Amino acid sequence: MSGMNLTLRVWRQKGPDDEGRMATYKVEDVSPDMSFLEMLDVLNDRLIVAGDEPIAFDHDCREGICGMCGMVINGVAHGEQRATTTCQLHMRHFKDGDTITIEPWRASAFPVVKDLVVDRSAFDRIIQAGGFISVPAGSAPDAHSVPVPKDSADAAFDAATCIGCGACVAACPNGSASLFTAAKITHLGLLPQGQPERDSRAKAMVEQMDAEGFGGCTNTGECTVVCPKGISLDAIARMNRDYLSAK
Amino acid sequence: MIDRGEATDSVRPPAAHSPKKPTKPAAKTGRFTSTNGKKAVMAVTGAIMVLFLIGHVLGNLKVFSGAQSFNDYAEFLRTAGEPAVPRRTVLTLVEIVLVLAVGLHMWSAISLARRAAKARPVKYAAKRKNQAGGYATRTMRWGGVIIVLFLIWHLLDLTFGVANPAGSAGLPYDRMVQGFAPERWWVTLFYAVSLVMVGLHLRHGLWSAVQTLGLASGRTRKGLQLAAAAFSLVLVIGFLAVPFAVMIGVVK
Repeated sequence: MSGMNLTLRVWRQKGPDDEGRMATYKVEDVSPDMSFLEMLDVLNDRLIVAGDEPIAFDHDCREGICGMCGMVINGVAHGEQRATTTCQLHMRHFKDGDTITIEPWRASAFPVVKDLVVDRSAFDRIIQAGGFISVPAGSAPDAHSVPVPKDSADAAFDAATCIGCGACVAACPNGSASLFTAAKITHLGLLPQGQPERDSRAKAMVEQMDAEGFGGCTNTGECTVVCPKGISLDAIARMNRDYLSAK
Repeated sequence: MIDRGEATDSVRPPAAHSPKKPTKPAAKTGRFTSTNGKKAVMAVTGAIMVLFLIGHVLGNLKVFSGAQSFNDYAEFLRTAGEPAVPRRTVLTLVEIVLVLAVGLHMWSAISLARRAAKARPVKYAAKRKNQAGGYATRTMRWGGVIIVLFLIWHLLDLTFGVANPAGSAGLPYDRMVQGFAPERWWVTLFYAVSLVMVGLHLRHGLWSAVQTLGLASGRTRKGLQLAAAAFSLVLVIGFLAVPFAVMIGVVK
C-alpha cells in the first residue's frame, strides 16, 4: 500500500517579532488514515532528524473537544471538512500530489507566538469580562432545584459546545469574535442561573471584544460554516438583542 | 526530501516573549459607538431609507397614469400639510431625515470597515474561500460606494435638473422623459447597473438589519432571506420599469 505524496506550504515564524514567511516541504508516503496533525508530526520527525526546527502548532486532546488545534488549511479554518477540528480532519480528504497551504489564524487580536501557534488570551479576557454566573458557594444544589425548560436547556447546551478555538475569528472577513462572544452570552442567558448578570454580561463582553481589537459582525455567516461545533447565527442575534436592550 | 528554505534554520526561543497586547485599554465604547451599536445605527438608518424607497417607487409608477398625474403627485409632495404648515415643510423634514440617515449609515459603514481592516493586518496567503457569503454579502461595501456615486448623479439629473436636458425649470414628467430618451441610453444603462447594485445591497441588508437588531432566529432566518430577496427583486423591477418604458417609447 502506497501513501500520498504532498507538498506543504507552511507559515514559519520564529517568534512574535519575526516577520515570518512561507516555507515549502515535501511529505512522502502519507497514509490516508492519518489525521492532519499526525501528518505534521511525521513531517516534524523528519525535520528534527534533518536538524531543522519542527513546525510549532497547538494541539492537546486530539479528540475534537479541547479547542487547541486550529490552522487555516487552503484558506479555510480547520480545512474544508465541515464541523471538524483540524485534529479530526483526516488525510483521506486530500489527494496524492496535492499542495496544501497552512497558515495560522490571522487577526491582530491573535498575535502569532511561533509558526502556527497564536495567542488566544483575548478570548480569556472576553470570558473574564462577563462569561460567568454568581452562585452561592457551598455544597452542590439538587439537580432539580431550579427547573429549566427542555428547549432552553437544549439551546443553551448547543451554545455551550463552543470550544473557543477561534476559527470564527479566522474565517470572518472582518476578524470579528462575535460568534464566540455570542455563544457564551447565549449559553448563560438562556438559563435561569444566568439571569442576574444578563444585562451587564452582554455589555461587558461586547465592550471587551471591541477593546481587544476584533472587527464588527457583518452577518456574512462565514463563522458558523467553519465552526467545528456548528454554533448558529442565532447566538449573534441573541447577543445583539441582549446588548441593545441591556439597561 | 525537505526543502529547507530560510525559514528552517535554528530558532532561538523568542527573547522576552510577550505577545503585543495593548497596554492602554482601548477607548471605552458607548452603546452606539461599539461595533454592535454602530451596526444597530446602520440597521435603523437603512430601514428608514428602505421606507423612503418604497414611497419613491410607488410615486414613480404614477408616470404610467400620464403626465398630469405624475406632475400633480410631484406638486403634492411640496404642498403636503398645507395650509397647516408652509409649503415644502413636510418635504424638507423628510429630506433632513434622509440626509441624516445616509450620513449615519455611511459613518458606521466606514468606521466598521476601517476597524475590520485593522483587525486583520496580515492577509491569508491562500486565497480565502468564501464558505457562506453570496455575491450580495461580499459587495456591500463597494456596492455602497457605487450607490452613493449614483445618488449624486441622480440628484443632479432628476432633482436639481442640472444634468438633465429639460433643465431645472422643466416639469418633473418632462425631465423624466427627456432624461431617459433613447439617445441617452448610457444614462439608462448607468441607472440599471446602479439599481441592480441597490437590489443586491438590500438583498443582504434587509435580513442583516433584522439580525443586527436581534429579531431574527433560526426558524425565521431562511424566510427572512427569501423575503429580502423577493422584496429587492420587486423593488428593482419597479424602479427599472420607468426608464425602460421611456426608452422603448411606452411613456413619452
